[in-house]
Amino acid sequence: MIDVNKIRADFPILNRKVNGKPLVYFDNGATTQKPKQVIDAIVNYYSEHNANIHRGVHTLSREATELFEEARKTVSKFIGAEAEEIVFTAGTTDSINIVAAGLDLPVGSEIIITEMEHHSNILPWQLWCEKNEGKLKVIPVEVDGTLDIGLLESLITPQTKVLAVTHVSNTLGVINPVDALIKIAKQYGLIVLVDGAQSIPHMKIDVRELGADFYVFSGHKVYAPTGTGVLWMNKQWVGKLKLSRSGGGTIKTVSFDKTDYVEGALRYEPGTPNIEGVLGLASALKYVNEIGIEKIAKHEHTLLKYATERLNEIPEVEIYANHLEKAAVISFNVKGAHPFDVGTLLDKYGIAVRTGHHCTQPLMARYKIPGTVRASFAMYNTLEEINIFIEALQKSIKMLS
Amino acid sequence: MSIQEIEKEIIEEFELFGDDWEGKYEHIIDLGKSLPKIKEEYKTDDRIIKGCQSKVWLHSELRKGKIVFTADSDAIITKGMVALMIRVLSNQKPEDVVNANLEFIVKIGLKEHLSPTRANGLVSMIKQMKLDALAFLNS
Ligand SMILES: Cc1ncc(COP(=O)(O)O)c(C=O)c1O
Repeated sequence: MIDVNKIRADFPILNRKVNGKPLVYFDNGATTQKPKQVIDAIVNYYSEHNANIHRGVHTLSREATELFEEARKTVSKFIGAEAEEIVFTAGTTDSINIVAAGLDLPVGSEIIITEMEHHSNILPWQLWCEKNEGKLKVIPVEVDGTLDIGLLESLITPQTKVLAVTHVSNTLGVINPVDALIKIAKQYGLIVLVDGAQSIPHMKIDVRELGADFYVFSGHKVYAPTGTGVLWMNKQWVGKLKLSRSGGGTIKTVSFDKTDYVEGALRYEPGTPNIEGVLGLASALKYVNEIGIEKIAKHEHTLLKYATERLNEIPEVEIYANHLEKAAVISFNVKGAHPFDVGTLLDKYGIAVRTGHHCTQPLMARYKIPGTVRASFAMYNTLEEINIFIEALQKSIKMLS
Repeated sequence: MSIQEIEKEIIEEFELFGDDWEGKYEHIIDLGKSLPKIKEEYKTDDRIIKGCQSKVWLHSELRKGKIVFTADSDAIITKGMVALMIRVLSNQKPEDVVNANLEFIVKIGLKEHLSPTRANGLVSMIKQMKLDALAFLNS
């Protein structure tokens, strides 16, 4: 069991009132709130250590560099990787773009994604296909929100080179059977990218066990600052993934004829990085470690189960992917009401949920809906908050009917 | 009635609710429900105001020197806002529509719907109404 009250005390924003009501923050799938430990890490960096890294010989620069490289180790340990395999990026979207632009694929290659991908795991590949006469192939989503994984094999042809799949659907919360998918993909020698934006906050990740080539995530969805992200690449890719952007801090020697890049993952981090953000990210992951990701997952599952039960009691509510193989996300609609209406009224009751297409328009098209209302939970949410949410939802439904 | 007179009327109407936001929103929802239907033939994709989470269809025409708006939305709260805008701006001279500053929205406590993050498209709708009026003015 986790001590939710103690955790809540670490998140200053949870004391806020919204529209005169205590904030109930159920938009964690979009971004999580930050504990004071993370905020302090940023303040401490600027108050004590601010300097550019990897360059200076002076004390501050050395301290900042050490903190930054220490953060790389913290991140690598968090996902069972080696520090050399970690590239700091601006987020999931940035990471996917770096991979999509850096793979040396033959013209006309095919890339397999799923119907539930976030636009950030569609568009970089679509862009690649447009430039290289490639083709996007799509694993369809069943009505219950699961993937028809049997179809993967039938989609693979000799031209197929990549499988890019989300670990957890940001819209439905469904946990995809990535192990099974990767196993099949690897039998055919595909390169696999797993979008971990929605899995990293909710489950233990071990990239070695996962067996993908790339695992990417955003810091801000796991209690860290915005503008931070991670691109984990299996060792064999370090140096092999082509550079799609370049600049200072990535080289050994530069002349106008030829440039010698550093060997490690640093070559993918041109320019001054988001130092304060990375330190905040390390602090966030330490915070998660102290509480324990398994315990967090268990707590969130309790919340999911209770919210599902309560929502199922309301006749007007229709839940998408209405089962419990999900990660702290519950997406629904109220019959006869637009998600926008529901979200607007819930906001008046102090409840933050997300409404709309959640950057998954193809998935919305599959369900033939304009969007959903999505409640997504984090370690600091409580059963009591779910009660407040359900009561507000019932009032909203009454107003809208 | 002039635009300003109608705005004043709406402000007085909403003053009755005081702090009762639920009453206010129930009223907006009622306004949405009673909005005269737009002709189906006008509910075409090219009449959708873009950039909204909820869809808004807007049609305008000039009748005896006055601009007449009809509109619809798939979200009921948005539709209520649409109804308010139509009440204020429809049957007015195009130049008055162009020059209207629509202070009533803030005065009746619906400022939040004007924020750029609001996905209901009230801002886009006002812009489109004014653009239509401008087009009639110049034609
Ligand atoms: C599954 C998934 N992929 C990618 C992203 C994009 O993340 P970011 O905007 O942090 O780059 C998100 C965030 O909404 C997501 O949920």
